[in-house]
Amino acid sequence: MNLTELTIHELSDRLAKKEISAAELARDVVARTESVEPKLHAFLEWKGEELLAAARDMDERRARGEALGPLAGIPVGIKDVLNVKGHTCRCGSKILEGYGAPYDATVIAKLRAAGAIPFGRLNMDEFAMGSSTENSAFGVTHNPWDLERIPGGSSGGSAAAVAAGEVPATLGSDTGGSIRQPASLCGVVGLKPTYGRVSRFGLVAFASSLDQIGPFTKDVTDAALMLGTISGRDPNDSTSVPEPVPDYTKALTGDVEGMKLGLPKEYFIPGMDKEVEAAVRAAVDKLASLGAEIVEISLPHSDYGLAVYYIIATAEASANLARFDGVRYGSRAKDAKDPIDMYGRTRGAGFGPEVTRRIILGTYVLSSGYYDAYYLRAQKVRTLIRRDFMEAFKKCDAIVTPTTPSAAFKIGEKSEDPLTMYLSDIFTVNVNLAGICGVSLPCGFTKQPKLPVGLQVLGKPFGEETILKVAHAYEQATGWHKERPHFPPGQLPLPTDE
Amino acid sequence: MDYEICIGLETHVQVKTRTKVFCACPTEFGAEPNSNVCPVCLGYPGSLPVINEEAIRKTVLAGMLVGAKIAHYSKFDRKNYFYPDMPKNYQISQYDLPLVIGGTVEYDFGVVDKKRLGETKTCRLTRIHLEEDVGKNSHFERTSGVDFNRAGTPLMEIVSEPDLSSSDEAFAYLTALKEILIYGGISDCDMEKGQVRCDVNISVRPKGQKELGQKVEIKNMNTFSGVRHAVDYEARRQMETLRRGGRLLQETRRWDDTAGVTESMRTKEHAHDYRYFPEPDLLPVSLSEEWLAEVRKLVPEMPSAKRKRMVERYGIPPYDAGVLSADAALADYFEAAAQVSKNPKSVANWVTNDLLRDLAEAKLTIEQSPVKPPHIAELVELVDSGKISSKMAKDVFVELFKTGKTPAAIVAEKGWVQVSDTGAIEKFCDEVIAANAKIVADFKAGKEVALNALTGQVMKFSKGKANPQAVRDTLRRKLTG
Repeated sequence: MNLTELTIHELSDRLAKKEISAAELARDVVARTESVEPKLHAFLEWKGEELLAAARDMDERRARGEALGPLAGIPVGIKDVLNVKGHTCRCGSKILEGYGAPYDATVIAKLRAAGAIPFGRLNMDEFAMGSSTENSAFGVTHNPWDLERIPGGSSGGSAAAVAAGEVPATLGSDTGGSIRQPASLCGVVGLKPTYGRVSRFGLVAFASSLDQIGPFTKDVTDAALMLGTISGRDPNDSTSVPEPVPDYTKALTGDVEGMKLGLPKEYFIPGMDKEVEAAVRAAVDKLASLGAEIVEISLPHSDYGLAVYYIIATAEASANLARFDGVRYGSRAKDAKDPIDMYGRTRGAGFGPEVTRRIILGTYVLSSGYYDAYYLRAQKVRTLIRRDFMEAFKKCDAIVTPTTPSAAFKIGEKSEDPLTMYLSDIFTVNVNLAGICGVSLPCGFTKQPKLPVGLQVLGKPFGEETILKVAHAYEQATGWHKERPHFPPGQLPLPTDE
Repeated sequence: MDYEICIGLETHVQVKTRTKVFCACPTEFGAEPNSNVCPVCLGYPGSLPVINEEAIRKTVLAGMLVGAKIAHYSKFDRKNYFYPDMPKNYQISQYDLPLVIGGTVEYDFGVVDKKRLGETKTCRLTRIHLEEDVGKNSHFERTSGVDFNRAGTPLMEIVSEPDLSSSDEAFAYLTALKEILIYGGISDCDMEKGQVRCDVNISVRPKGQKELGQKVEIKNMNTFSGVRHAVDYEARRQMETLRRGGRLLQETRRWDDTAGVTESMRTKEHAHDYRYFPEPDLLPVSLSEEWLAEVRKLVPEMPSAKRKRMVERYGIPPYDAGVLSADAALADYFEAAAQVSKNPKSVANWVTNDLLRDLAEAKLTIEQSPVKPPHIAELVELVDSGKISSKMAKDVFVELFKTGKTPAAIVAEKGWVQVSDTGAIEKFCDEVIAANAKIVADFKAGKEVALNALTGQVMKFSKGKANPQAVRDTLRRKLTG
């Protein structure tokens, strides 16, 4: 058995009992990664030797009887958007070729403090802009359930790596669904924390008022463990909140008796995939059978979410990405006549078409004469969207919805049409606009082909315990999370332990 | 036709803080290029700004010093434009909700003409906001370099209304503003280090017209005298253009100090669109009443108020009060001495003349003065009580400055005690009268000045130690009695 098939809590248990060593786990991670990467391409790069050395070091510390963190020896895959000191950090873009991170993001420092070992650079849509990883400058990641399909995005590499059993957990970032959508399409658990729950320091910004870092894991218990590790107020991020960090695993009681779960009528739209809708409705029934009370709610401004999102996110991105100019780091065009020429050539060659499109759009909506009509109005509607959720949470403890309107689509299917691509985030963007928390977890499969379907559970600000409790109860009652893809093709799924 | 000039200034002043406005890098001047930098002030991917509370405090304090309204709710915005010295290609600044709104600066024409001392005018301020400075470009033979040490240094932008109507007024306003900021400990306003830079907005209009004329902005002036010359040139250029029947363009110009002219940089069509929007990485600033009350305690007495109070309380001449109040440390020094002296007027004399002269010669600041305030008071007391003469006092002061000993110690050591002993003086007088029959005769014939000559003789005889007034009195008594 490959140890990477186990969850963090199973691995930690065995590591603590010294049934396995961190070095053995690291060897399995490297072996599995080496065997599947040629087909999967979840990682842009990884350093096996570095992981092994860190794991051996952890084993020695354990042997000496040192007090170790709760994630001691657990390799965690890192999305290419997070700074890890001494590693590359290209954000899936050519413009950051040659940039070496001079510092650790706060989440990386927190992982290290807990004993986890950051591993590799996970593929993503360039600067987290996209829903399929097709916008990566370094090639698409394949969905482990069907290699002809996309894994979702932008954190597609992070989702695929967990689904394919390369690493027990990964970190991604979610600006409009970039954790939950790929988690849904790859059949893993993906959690977007409340805005301000996790420090953004060291996360290369796409849209600062929407970005949050979150974990991908095999099950809800691991998501709770990872969230507890990376959360908390950070003096380096003014938008992080001094809300105490609870032990999230304590919320996983399996008991949803009497909880009120809201079902927003706007989230079951015409044109959504029938099988996806059926799976989600079945999941809702399951939760009802566990004792939860299902109440219909309305989020009336939901329809405006995508429009508002593509104004605010691109406006912020147009400023956030202005720093990639070839002056201080990254690639620089040669033979420029003057600074302006250098900017044009460097950025023209360094950014892909989707990033260019969004920078232009964001620049436009902020321009003099258009600001009020676009940016300012979008901010006002954003307030209404947030208010919708706050009103809804007066009637329910959590909200359940589909994560995406369809299962994973084929590579190339939507890449020519940005607007259709944007629609895959229709159920996730409003959560970022409202700043609330959400988790996606497996809730079944389509039949032909067999592709995972995700259930999204949303909670009020800092309501992570509630959504983890609901997600965990559902997971334990169904067991969808134990299904593994037949990957590599032709190979039987590895037996899950226990 | 007669024209009048309207000038408004946007003055950028470096706020005196230990560290930069959004990171912990030091603000020290003159370090190795790119040594005081970190991922935040270099605009590295993933870095985030964190506001320096001291920079907010000092900006608010500046607002209090100019009698402005302090915003209870303020925010930061991103000002977008590309330039190699700008790490993020946007500057964190404040657009529509600055920290400070309104206020006034009173300026005195004495700085342009001593005879106009006390003639004052007031310029209204629009606002004061806080922002970050950029780096510094250097151009070499074939390449260019950027030093980011200065990037992220806190800057206050003080925007005035177009209330100034001449280059003299602009100069006097800037001088007064600088005095206020130094006084409040808000900025060192060191021009050599580029701590004060300003943009000049200038227009002319026919006398009596209400609306402002076409505005021209002159960018990046870094000396007050430059502002003066640029305003003179630009106002003349605008008036001549209009007189010739020409039209003025809304444009940005630069001052060429060598040629003594302004030249066009860009016109309105090419004006930047800065695409301001709220900075999402920083929370809006809410200032509580308690916090503001703490800052209010830091408000010092301003120079003009201090000047008035000194004249009233110590009875010193307005000119001396002006000299003393221009520097807070000097004013404190004077007051420390004046408060323990019965003769503050004389104290002021010593401080503004002898002490300042010697400090300047020795290149010392008032804080470094070897002569301490009680010494000055003591010296004045020695003269006033007749223990030493004014002339001796000058010698004592020289020793005082050299050694830092107390005046009493110096006097005792050197034996410079004035002789007021009547017996000794009587004896000196008798001898001088006996030896100068001619002068004595002149005096007796009614020549009053002859008494001076006799007094001088006695003083010489006593090696300067005799009390001149006692000598005079004794001589007069002996010759007329």
